[in-house]
Amino acid sequence: MWDYVKLILLAAVAVLAAYAASQARDLAYLVHMIIFMGAAAIAFLWQIRHIGEGVHNQNEYFDGVVRYGVIATAFWGVVGFLVGVVIAFQLAFPSLNFEVLQGFGNFGRLRPLHTSAVIFAFGGNALIASAFYVVQRTTAARLFGGGLGWFVFWGYQVFILLAATGYVLGSTQGQEYAEPEWLADLWLTIVWVVFLLIYMGTLIKRREPHIYVANWFYLSFIVTIAMLHVVNNLQVPVSFLGSASIPVWSGVQSAMVQWWYGHNAVGFFLTAGFLGMMYYFIPKQAERPVYSYKLSIIHFWALIFLYIWAGPHHLHYTALPDWAQTLGMTFSIMLWMPSWGGMINGLMTLSGAWDKLRTDPVIRMMVVAVGFYGMATFEGPMMSIRAVNSLSHYTDWTIGHVHSGALGWNGMITFGMLYYLVPKLWKRERLYSLSLVSWHFWLATIGIVLYAASMWVTGIMEGLMWRQVDAQGFLVNSFADTVAAKFPMYVVRGVGGLMFLVGALIMCYNLWMTVRKVGEAKPATSVAVAAE
Amino acid sequence: MATPNKKNHDRPTTGHSWDGIEEFDNPMPRWWLWTFYATIIWAVVYWILFPAWPLVRGATAGVLGYSSRADVAAEIAAADQANQVWYDQLMATDVTEIAANPELERFAVNAGAAVFRAQCSQCHGAGANGLRPGSGFPNLLDDEWMWGGTMEDIVQTVTYGIRNTDFPDARYSEMPSFGRDGLLTPAEIDQVVNHVLAISGQAHDNALAAAGEQVFLDNCASCHMDDGSGDPFVGAPALNNAIWLYGGSADEIRASVHNARFGIMPGFTGRLPDAQIRAVAAYVHQLGGGQ
Repeated sequence: MWDYVKLILLAAVAVLAAYAASQARDLAYLVHMIIFMGAAAIAFLWQIRHIGEGVHNQNEYFDGVVRYGVIATAFWGVVGFLVGVVIAFQLAFPSLNFEVLQGFGNFGRLRPLHTSAVIFAFGGNALIASAFYVVQRTTAARLFGGGLGWFVFWGYQVFILLAATGYVLGSTQGQEYAEPEWLADLWLTIVWVVFLLIYMGTLIKRREPHIYVANWFYLSFIVTIAMLHVVNNLQVPVSFLGSASIPVWSGVQSAMVQWWYGHNAVGFFLTAGFLGMMYYFIPKQAERPVYSYKLSIIHFWALIFLYIWAGPHHLHYTALPDWAQTLGMTFSIMLWMPSWGGMINGLMTLSGAWDKLRTDPVIRMMVVAVGFYGMATFEGPMMSIRAVNSLSHYTDWTIGHVHSGALGWNGMITFGMLYYLVPKLWKRERLYSLSLVSWHFWLATIGIVLYAASMWVTGIMEGLMWRQVDAQGFLVNSFADTVAAKFPMYVVRGVGGLMFLVGALIMCYNLWMTVRKVGEAKPATSVAVAAE
Repeated sequence: MATPNKKNHDRPTTGHSWDGIEEFDNPMPRWWLWTFYATIIWAVVYWILFPAWPLVRGATAGVLGYSSRADVAAEIAAADQANQVWYDQLMATDVTEIAANPELERFAVNAGAAVFRAQCSQCHGAGANGLRPGSGFPNLLDDEWMWGGTMEDIVQTVTYGIRNTDFPDARYSEMPSFGRDGLLTPAEIDQVVNHVLAISGQAHDNALAAAGEQVFLDNCASCHMDDGSGDPFVGAPALNNAIWLYGGSADEIRASVHNARFGIMPGFTGRLPDAQIRAVAAYVHQLGGGQ
């Protein structure tokens, strides 16, 4: 019965999307409606062929969707890194903005494609896949909601397609990390609420007496992202048949809401969510208990309470009132130790097992991730100090900061997760090659160091050049002088990014060969059993 | 609650286990906790000293009376105050006499260079070389001046700009689009292009160039002069040298004759203080080609 309701719904969506596409007022909207139509049609055909197959064994973990999530994570990672390398070299060599690329492949169009591909496509898929895996293992329960996990996975991929095609076709709200227009925003809201339902439902039907710390972090990430996304994307569409919209917020309120969103996208997407990942995969890979339960509970509550205030530090010395800047800055400083609580718990979990750093490149990757996390969460509060910010703001130092966090922390912990998960999910007895993992580790680590170091140099240099005045108070450098001075470091940055990309490609090969060539492990872990 | 752990007999765990993960019941590291407290105390002190908490109207002002806006206004005022004596002197001196006072000129050139970097370099290039040959933005380092290169001329150009509608005193002229508007046939344009190539000392077709001379005299010479030496009163550039605003190849000259050119520049009066306009004029004047 429910299958037929789904069929009717999917058919209705496909027909409506086809009609909307025929009435589209702009190209991006037309493409988006075709994507909706295609997705609904494919889902319709799939449903017709699988009617009545919706019975799941409640004693088996729902791992199919996690396997797809792992593949999507690796795929979007490579896409995001590749676009990053392209735009890094476009900045170093502007002639790479080829004439034929104008209007879709120039730096301005590719830059949001890069940021969203790595944060939301790579990071988002890693978070969704790992959340589904971890919540099942730590509750000893199958994912709630039957096949709804598939809706979240495929719905999220549709959102990624909407966002990516929108950027390339120039449909954007012009808000950093929130560029997709109202249609994509609404779709993501639906997908995210279902994600939250699945997560909550699984926690509620758990077969363990307590909720493991990783789940607190995942849950705070899912709830907060929903709130941030909805508030920052309050828009009134100009027409239901076009992609343009009018924002509800304006002026300095808009800036404040945007950075409340933007900073907490870092805080809850890239920090809290990934800490959830860390809290499961590091103890598993190290086969050691978590260092301190007390620390985990205190740093969790401190982190989520303090993070939400820190956004105004993106708006120092702007039209934002001084009091708001002060609050943003002081809460960022107070955030330092709560952030480091995660680092301490990650690193100290290895105490008594430090020898694994020599023998296990996967654990080495995870530890370096936690190290970069610690560096970035020290650097962040420091840069939020008004006096430091007056030098660092608008410079490449900020770019270096986010990349030491994104490549070092988010990238490396995700790679560690993938190396852990692929043998488990495909029931292989081991990875194809540990030496390739080592290659990946060193390429990525050296790439990050090149990236971050070159951006520190150019950032501080251009900050100093911008503020350089002579004895009578006159500017010494023109803006073009500062751009020209950065050229060598831009090349170094591009090379660092290229190394990171090559490492990721090696990982994909290694994971592929693990599935293809490594023998099957003894049957073990796919049955849900409460630990005690 | 605490039970002995099989892997670490000396340390208790919380007794829970999730998919094999256990948790030690270790206390929080003391240094971590005390540093956390210290940052909280620091934040409270900071809130007392600086504007921090919003109230129904306004916000707490902080005991230091800090205001980023007041600070920057004071800094700008102080810098202006320090240079006021020079600005006064700059305004009191006739523009042609600035160079006669070396100290004043040094100030003017220095101040003008800073103004140039912030206001002019976007089009004319950070080195005032017009970005690149043929960019359409005049090179200010050479001694060819479309609208004149004396101090008065430069001050006038910077003050009101070129071909804008913001100022009645903006310099204005318009070259006809000889090809697009059908004033000349393609054959005649070919001829006049070859004539221009000839007078600028470039390779050309002799027959076409000879025929083009009459076309030039009939259509172009009223502004560009019979010999192509240009006329700064109407902003007509010299064509008999190797300096080209829009490029000097046959194709580029043909494009200029066909479509005409209409370069514009904003006026800076009202945007910059008059003294700074004089300063930037002094800077440009001494770059190499001032008359």
